[in-house]
Parts: sequence; structure tokens; C-alpha cells
Amino acid sequence: MEKKNIYFDHSATTQVDSAVAKKMLEYMTDKFGNASSIHSFGREAKKALEEARKQVARLINAEPTEIIFTSGGTESDNLALKGIALRNRKKGNHIISSQIEHHAILHTLEYLEENGFKVTYLPVDENAMINLEDLKNAITDETILISIMFANNEVGTIQPIKEIGKIAKEHDIYFHTDAVQAIGNCHIDVREMNIDLLSMSGHKFYSSKGTGALYVRKGVRIEAIQHGGAHERNIRAGTENIPGIVGMGLAADIARVNLDDHIKNLTKLRDKIIDTILAEIPSVKLNGHRTQRLPGLVNFSFSFIEGESLLLNLDLKGIAASSGSACTSGSLDPSHVLLSMGLNHETAHGSLRLSLGRHNTEEEVDYFLEIIPEIIDKLRKMSPLYNPSDIKVSNPCDQCINR
Amino acid sequence: MYTEKVIDHFSNPRNVGEIEEASGVGEVGNVKCGDIMRVYLKIDENDVITDAKFKTFGCGAAIATSSMVTELVIGKTVEEAFKITNKAVAEALDGLPPLKMHCSNLAADAMHEALKDYMSKKGS
Ligand SMILES: Cc1ncc(COP(=O)(O)O)c(C=O)c1O
Repeated sequence: MEKKNIYFDHSATTQVDSAVAKKMLEYMTDKFGNASSIHSFGREAKKALEEARKQVARLINAEPTEIIFTSGGTESDNLALKGIALRNRKKGNHIISSQIEHHAILHTLEYLEENGFKVTYLPVDENAMINLEDLKNAITDETILISIMFANNEVGTIQPIKEIGKIAKEHDIYFHTDAVQAIGNCHIDVREMNIDLLSMSGHKFYSSKGTGALYVRKGVRIEAIQHGGAHERNIRAGTENIPGIVGMGLAADIARVNLDDHIKNLTKLRDKIIDTILAEIPSVKLNGHRTQRLPGLVNFSFSFIEGESLLLNLDLKGIAASSGSACTSGSLDPSHVLLSMGLNHETAHGSLRLSLGRHNTEEEVDYFLEIIPEIIDKLRKMSPLYNPSDIKVSNPCDQCINR
Repeated sequence: MYTEKVIDHFSNPRNVGEIEEASGVGEVGNVKCGDIMRVYLKIDENDVITDAKFKTFGCGAAIATSSMVTELVIGKTVEEAFKITNKAVAEALDGLPPLKMHCSNLAADAMHEALKDYMSKKGS
């Protein structure tokens, strides 16, 4: 049998679309000008820069002038949080976020805490959903910013963004959302959803690494955190990465045009995986909300086994996936997201994330579904935690999860 | 990041299972860290290890080191087995990634626990 080579890790990164790559190359070799130069090379670059700004803005129903290009999701998150905090210090020092944010948010907030800001990290329920009442209760006179991610990168849960936007607006508090995983996978309308700031990252939607953008609503002032030339309206200094930006613009167009089909196709594949796994494998739990989740993302905890060994087995069979296990995170603790959802350590160690993308097929999903029971069985037979006689108890799932 | 030997032992682990009426059983690790290893030994009247089996919950390194330690001890005397260290197990696998050296390299400890279990049973 020919060796499979199946990529189910699109939440980590995506392949650059071939039309995007082609266009990027053109802006590296032929149209290589600096957008700040006044000669024809510069004007050509400047024109392409502004065209990309329009394309990115259109994807989220923003104005082109509301888009600031950055080097990626991490920078956009830093710029949003520090930019708002530093600018509004006199108004207040309180920020509300959640326990399940990406480290680009959490570690930036820790930094702000070290510098005098107070942060409330909202808890989440077992589906990784925040509670809107908790949010309302956390608001004080000092609150200047609410930052809640659009969709979680590990379990895929989509937060009630429109409702959060409404609450923020009613209290006259800025609302930032890390939409790195949602861009190109969800309908996003910053006007309808009352979003003031939104982070995105090019390499999560078929464009290159090192590209990103921050949307900042017109009239919202933020402090620059990187100083230098007068690029990006004096908010983000540094010669613009024209090839990357042009590529991200085209990727935004492609994502927008195909969004409905993309969501439909991926949701079908996702639900096939969820339904089959839950029906055919005992002692397994779906992590994240059953329906309010990213179209291509599934995350399961398989009791009695550890995630890395599962990943390695899948890799040997030609499937690339990821896990929230400590062994794969480079630390001793399993994913903070899974622990915040109330999973115990054992269950968190046994998690598997598959994130499907544009090029995945039903055939690939079927192949995964065919080989996974065998792998789980093999690892469980090896596990000292697994005692098959326990499984016969009437409600195996709860039984094991609560061990 | 793993050597070929690790991948080999991980994908075709030797001596998986339990030994009924084992001469000694040892377990180390805990669920919180994500690694638990249990080693079973069969030891004859001359203190020679005639069989070894393991059960492990853990990452690729944890499974590979467990498998390797069972291979290393079969045929050895109790005294010789006590001298096998975690480091020696890792070396027998042509090394482990640095991060795994302390977190998932406990198989020799589990084996030593099984030896101690045997000694205490024998002593009583
Ligand atoms: C939710 C979320 N935010 C931020 C980031 C960071 O983005 P980047 O890799 O572009 O810095 C990621 C990427 O993993 C992410 O998933």
C-alpha cells in the first residue's frame, strides 16, 4: 500500500495556496519596490498594499483604513492589548479576558499585570463556553477592554461574539477578539458584531507565515508598541512585507468567495468524524461544544492513553494531527484549555485534535476512521490504567472520565 | 526528534502485558505528569530474570524505554539488573530528546521497584 500523507493539522498552519504563492513570488522578484518610495517601483508596491488592505477589510466587513498589517497573530494580539491598555491608562486599569485564550493573549496580559493592570480571566463551562452573566458581573468602572477569542484553537468552541459585542458597547468598553482561528472558517462582520479590534494571521488561511493584520475600528485610538518610520498610520513602524501582504490579500479574497462552501464541506466531514468516533469507540469524550464549533475541528479525549503516543501512531500511518498532552506542549502540564474545561489530567493527556482544511477529502476521513480503533485498542492494551472489566459497567464513559 | 530505535520499540513494543504470579511488580510515575510504568518480573531460584513484561501509559519515549528495559533484563541476574540505570536504557535506544530524559525515562526505576518487591517477598 502506498504511504499516506494526510494533513489534519490546519489549526497549526496551512499550506500556502498556489495562486497566493505565485503572486507573492511576483512581488519578490519583479515588483519588489518599497511602498514608501516615490518612484514607479514604490508606487507599484503602494498600490498593491492598498489593494490588499481592501481585500482583507472586505472579508470582515471593515473599511480599508481600519486594517493595520502586522507580522502575525501574536503581534496583532500584542498590539491590540498593549495598544489599548497604554492609551487608556487614565480611563481605567481593568481588562476582562478568558482562561482559554492563546498564549499570545495570556502572556501579554501577564505582562500588563506586571505593569499595574488588573485582569479578570473568565472561567468556561465544560464546552469551553464563557458565561455572559459572568462577563457582565466582571465589569467595573475601571474596565477598559474585553478580549475574548472568537474560536478556540484547541477545542474549536465559538464564543457568542455578537452578544459580547453588545455588552461591551452598552458599557462603552472596547472589545477585542482574537479571530486567528475563525478567519476563513466563520462569517465575521465587525459592524454587526460590534467588534472594535480583531486579530488575524495569514498562515491560518492559506497565506504565508509572518503575515497578519489587526483591525482597529475607526475612532479607536491605540498606542504604538513598535517605533520607527511612519508606516501603517504611525501605529506599526517597519517597511511593509509587501509579498506577504499581497498574498494575504488574495488569500482573503479566496476565503471570502468560498466561505459558504468551505463551511459546508468541512462541517460534513467534521460531523462524520464525531458521530463515528462516539458511536464506535468506548470511553471517549468530545471536547468543545457539539455545534458551536469551528467547521473543521474535532478534539477527543480517549481515556487510558496518552496523546503523544497516539500522535506517533497516527504519524506512522501517514496522518498528521496534534494533541493537548504535556509531552507535545514542551511543558509538564497538559493544555490549559482542557484543564479550564474541568478535564482531569489523565483525560487531558489523552487528547487528540484533528483540524481539517480546504484540501481534505472524505476518503481521507474514512481512512482515519478505519485505522483509529485499532490504534486506540493497541495503546489501551498497553496501558496500566485500562482494565477491560471496568468497561462493562453500565455507563462506561462517566466511569472512566471520573476515575 | 526520536531515534530509529525509539520508533522501532515504540511501534513494535516487546514484552507488552502482565505476568501472572510475577516474582516482583514495580510501578512508577503518576497520571498527573502523564507517565505511568508498571514492570512485571519472573525470577528463578538462582536469582536470574527469566521473563519481563510491562504496561505503560505515556508518550512514545515512555513506551520505548519500557520495552527496552524488559529486553535488557531478561537473562540477567537480580544483581546485574540493579545496575541498569535509566541512562543506560536511554543509551540502548541511541538516546532520547533532552526534554524526555527526566520526564519519560523512568523504566529502569520501575524495574528496580519490581526487583525490590521480589527481594522483600523473598526475604519474608
Ligand atoms: C488563537 C490564536 N491566536 C494567536 C495565534 C498566534 O498566531 P501567529 O502564529 O500568527 O503568531 C494562534 C496561532 O497558533 C492562534 O491559534
